[in-house]
Amino acid sequence: MSIRDRLSGNEAIATAMRQINPDVFAMFPITPSTEIPQYFAQYVADGRVDTEFICVESEHSSMSACIGAEAAGCRAITATSSAGLSFMNEVLYVAASCRLPIVLAVACRALTGPININHDYSDSMAERDSGFIQIYAENNQEAYDNYLQAHRIGETPDVRLPVMICEDGFITSHALENIELESDEAVRAFVGEYHPENYLLKSENPLAVGPYGTSPYYMEARVAQAEAMKNAKRAILDVAADFEKTFGRKYGLFEPYRLEDAEVALVLMGSSAGTARAAVDELREQGVRAGLIKVRVFRPFPAEELAEALKDCKAVAVLDKSEGFSACGGPLFAETAAACVNLDRRPKMVDIVYGLGGRDFTVDQAKRVFARLEKIAATGETGPVYTHMGQRDLREEVQ
Amino acid sequence: MAYNLREQMSKPERFAPGHRLCAGCGAGVTCRAMMRALEPEDKAVVCNATSCLEVSSFQYPYTAWEDSYIHAAFENTSAVASGVESALRAMKKKGKLKDNFKILAIGGDGGTYDIGFQSLSGALERGHDFTYFCYDNEAYMNTGTQRSSATPRFASATTTPPGAESVGKKENPKDLTQIVVAHGVPYAAQTTFMGNFKDFHEKAHRAIYTEGPAFVNVLCPCPRGWQYPAEDLALICKMAVDTCVWPLYEVVEGKWMLSYEPKKKLPVEEFMRLQGRFKHCFKPGNEWTIQAAQEYVDRKWEELLTRCSQD
Repeated sequence: MSIRDRLSGNEAIATAMRQINPDVFAMFPITPSTEIPQYFAQYVADGRVDTEFICVESEHSSMSACIGAEAAGCRAITATSSAGLSFMNEVLYVAASCRLPIVLAVACRALTGPININHDYSDSMAERDSGFIQIYAENNQEAYDNYLQAHRIGETPDVRLPVMICEDGFITSHALENIELESDEAVRAFVGEYHPENYLLKSENPLAVGPYGTSPYYMEARVAQAEAMKNAKRAILDVAADFEKTFGRKYGLFEPYRLEDAEVALVLMGSSAGTARAAVDELREQGVRAGLIKVRVFRPFPAEELAEALKDCKAVAVLDKSEGFSACGGPLFAETAAACVNLDRRPKMVDIVYGLGGRDFTVDQAKRVFARLEKIAATGETGPVYTHMGQRDLREEVQ
Repeated sequence: MAYNLREQMSKPERFAPGHRLCAGCGAGVTCRAMMRALEPEDKAVVCNATSCLEVSSFQYPYTAWEDSYIHAAFENTSAVASGVESALRAMKKKGKLKDNFKILAIGGDGGTYDIGFQSLSGALERGHDFTYFCYDNEAYMNTGTQRSSATPRFASATTTPPGAESVGKKENPKDLTQIVVAHGVPYAAQTTFMGNFKDFHEKAHRAIYTEGPAFVNVLCPCPRGWQYPAEDLALICKMAVDTCVWPLYEVVEGKWMLSYEPKKKLPVEEFMRLQGRFKHCFKPGNEWTIQAAQEYVDRKWEELLTRCSQD
């Protein structure tokens, strides 16, 4: 039986952590993820978990401590945002290449320059090649549900990769929403115990982790890791199927909305999906064949599945909530466009970078994007492929 | 039980031969002695910073380590050790641990004094039960002898070369052992390879079997960086101690204790003369460098004697 409650995304994630009762939590505070370890510290203080909760001196060290703890044979977790995630960068790659299924909660926040504490995906997108599985939530329920699935996905024997559970900073991390929680017993039964095959503290045989991999060996290690990421797609779907069977909520690699007969569609991530769905509904009433895809799993990227879902659209706008400075579009666009490149008949595609540093995204904006897509669908002319949306014209303000 | 070298050497090796360290390198000697200090029935997890030692002792698919070993990066060994130690506590609590494991961390001076300093300081403050061994060869040797904050003044390093306007490194080294002591750790010591290794062994054993964070700073000569013949390793160490360049002492629960006082304190020149890295100091016109080195060593030695006599 689900328990109805009202929680922020951060408290929902902290609740999932408490229910899973991990062995080691290495924390370092950073807005807006800080509440997660704060809630957890109270669970520790109240004796509700058995976790070794260590307050380390940096995010680099929190991820490094997780590497040590997970390699030693334990479930290790942490949480961070923005500059904290960037500071972990080096060791994220180490965690993934050591094949350690650490779970990292990320309340996604803009990267500094200028400093900004609000939401976009510049932090998590900067780590898209780190080897972490990345799963994104639209709301607190998804953040909670994704977290409950994370350990099992990462610990799958032919995967063994760390997992990033991403929620939108402040929008999801701090806003209170209704949520269905599962009982502690049901969660523990679903997640199960961690039984790694080899670990540092195993008495029967010692283990060496993190070798110097010379040229004759390095590439084999990387290819094995790449295969693991491919396997993760199946594991994510398997765990989601069991999750649906157990708790009744359905998850996939992405979530299409009114896409079956859509001619114009958006591809986006996270909390913006709710806003965009409202625009789709309005436009559908006006007879526009509009739809959208909300990408849940960014790593592994569901390229074939996305291409299959988008192949009958005439025009698609990818909404990127991070600026990659490639001068030709954001990361979600690059991956989506690449996914469609081998389709015999493929939609015209444009990229719109929006919502940076917490800039609002509105139903009207979504409708304007659809209007642009309709024009592209009618004329076959994309116009500028890579644009920004929602920024003020600073030249006008100066005048 | 009294220390007996023969007895210690008859223990099974836990740092196996076949590693790729240079002849005359102190790092392998440190590892063997460090592992000998473990009681045979105890197991260990060794956490190692990126270093000559790491690339030479765990080159896939071979490892020189008989015990569990983890390397993650250059600057985070103490944080990794914190994680392993926390895992150990978590598993112990859940009754999942069969054996007694000791957590050891080892890094060079680059990975300890410099880039790994934050992580070391954090782990010491948190009080994890582990022992950190710094194998201090006084420069970044793995990348080719660049200066570190452990490099002595006047030493030639590839980033502090002597020249028309330079007499080598400009600054005196950081006194890391003293900084570690300032963390209030229960045990800190300086040692090196002396005679029958009694000093090293006893300090390493005390450190490993002290509850809480312990630190052992090992002067660990490098034949390539210091420029001495490989067979002179023991001589270099003895001279470092007898000139008081590297005093042997320990600090137990804040109490400073001198481990060795040379019968005759030798001039620093005798230590410097053995090494190519100080060659330029002996050129006409550079005599002042030797004098300045002597003054620095004398001042540090007097400070140490004062601390030890006060306690």
